[in-house]
Amino acid sequence: MTDTTTSQNTVTVRSEASLSDYIALMKPRVMSLAVFTALTGMVVAPGHLHPVIGAIAILFIAIGAGAAGVLNCWYDADIDRLMARTARRPLAQGRVPSEEALAMGLFLAGCSVLCLGLIVNWVAGALLALTIAYYVFVYTIWLKRRTPHNIVVGGAAGALPPVIGWAAATGGVSVESLMLFAIIFLWTPPHFWSLALTRTGDYERAGVPMLPVVAGKAATRRQILIYSLATVIATLAPAYTGLGGGAYLAVAFAGGALFLALAVRVYLIGDSDSNAGNKAARQLFAFSILYLFALFAVLLVEHVLGLVT
Amino acid sequence: MSIQNKTFGTKDLAPSTTTSLSQEAQRRQRQRSLAIAWALGALTVIFFVATIARIGSHTIN
Repeated sequence: MTDTTTSQNTVTVRSEASLSDYIALMKPRVMSLAVFTALTGMVVAPGHLHPVIGAIAILFIAIGAGAAGVLNCWYDADIDRLMARTARRPLAQGRVPSEEALAMGLFLAGCSVLCLGLIVNWVAGALLALTIAYYVFVYTIWLKRRTPHNIVVGGAAGALPPVIGWAAATGGVSVESLMLFAIIFLWTPPHFWSLALTRTGDYERAGVPMLPVVAGKAATRRQILIYSLATVIATLAPAYTGLGGGAYLAVAFAGGALFLALAVRVYLIGDSDSNAGNKAARQLFAFSILYLFALFAVLLVEHVLGLVT
Repeated sequence: MSIQNKTFGTKDLAPSTTTSLSQEAQRRQRQRSLAIAWALGALTVIFFVATIARIGSHTIN
C-alpha cells in the first residue's frame, strides 16, 4: 500500500508491498498448472521446437498466466476481502495499490503475448492473448458474479495452456490438442465445485453465485458426478488416438476409477452428515489435482522416453 | 520532493516538502527496483539467446 500523508511540509510515503506480494498476485499455483499442461502440450506435439525457444515459450506462457491472475486479483479485490480463502491476498489486504496491480497485469499481458508471438509464433501468441482476455473479460468480469455456470464456461481459459503449448511446437491447433483441452475443461467443474461445497458461506457472503449457493448442495453433488464421469471418458480419448500409450491408459483407468469413486461418495453422503460430506468433498478436491497432474505427467514421460511416437 | 539524497518530481507538492520513507519501506522499494532491473536485463538476454537459437537453426537447415 502506498500511503501518502502530508503534515506541514513533511510527507511520509509508506509502501508495504514486498516482492513476494507481487509474485503472490500472479497466483503461482495456478501458474504452475498452466505451465505444466503447456509443457505437456508442447512435448507431445509432433514437430521439432528448438529447446531454447521451447523454454522461452514456457516462460512467456507462465508470465501470461500470471498476468491473467494479477488482473483477476485487481478486479476481484472487493469480493476477495470477504472470503477467508482469498482475504489474505495482497490487493485484498491493501498492501499493493489497485492502480499498480492493473498496470502490472496489463504490462505483463502485453509483454507476454508480444514476446511469445515474436519469438515463437503468432498462433501461440494469439492463443495466449485469447486465454488472458477470456479469463479476465469472460470469466472474471462477465460470468463470475452473474451465473452459477461461471466456472463451467470460464474453465476454458484454464484449459487452453496445452493448446498454446501445442501451437508453440507446431504452429497450429489439432484434434489431439483439443482432447487435452477437453480433459481440463471437463475436470474444472468437479474440481471447483468440490471446493465450493466446503466454502458455501464464503461465496454467499461475497455474493458470488457458485452452484451450491444458487442451486443447493444436492444439485451441485449431482453435477459433480456428471462432470466427473465426462472427465473420465474424455481422458480415454488420447489413448484411443495414440497420443497416450499403455502407461497413460493405465493411469487414466486407475485415476479415473478413483476420481469417480470419490465423486460418487460425495454424492451418496449428501446432507446426511455434514462433517463427512465436507471431508469427502475436500478429498475429491485434493485428489482432482493429483489426478490431472498424473494424467499429464504420464503423457509427458511417455513422449520424453519415446514410448509413444 | 526528496527522499534522503534523492530528488523526485514535485508536481503535486510544495517545493519545500520533504518525503521520508521508513527503513523497511526503503528496503522494499529498493527490492522492487532491483527486481525490475533484473527483469529488463533478463528480457534483453532472452531476445539475444532467441536470436542466436533462431539463426543457428536456420543455418543448420
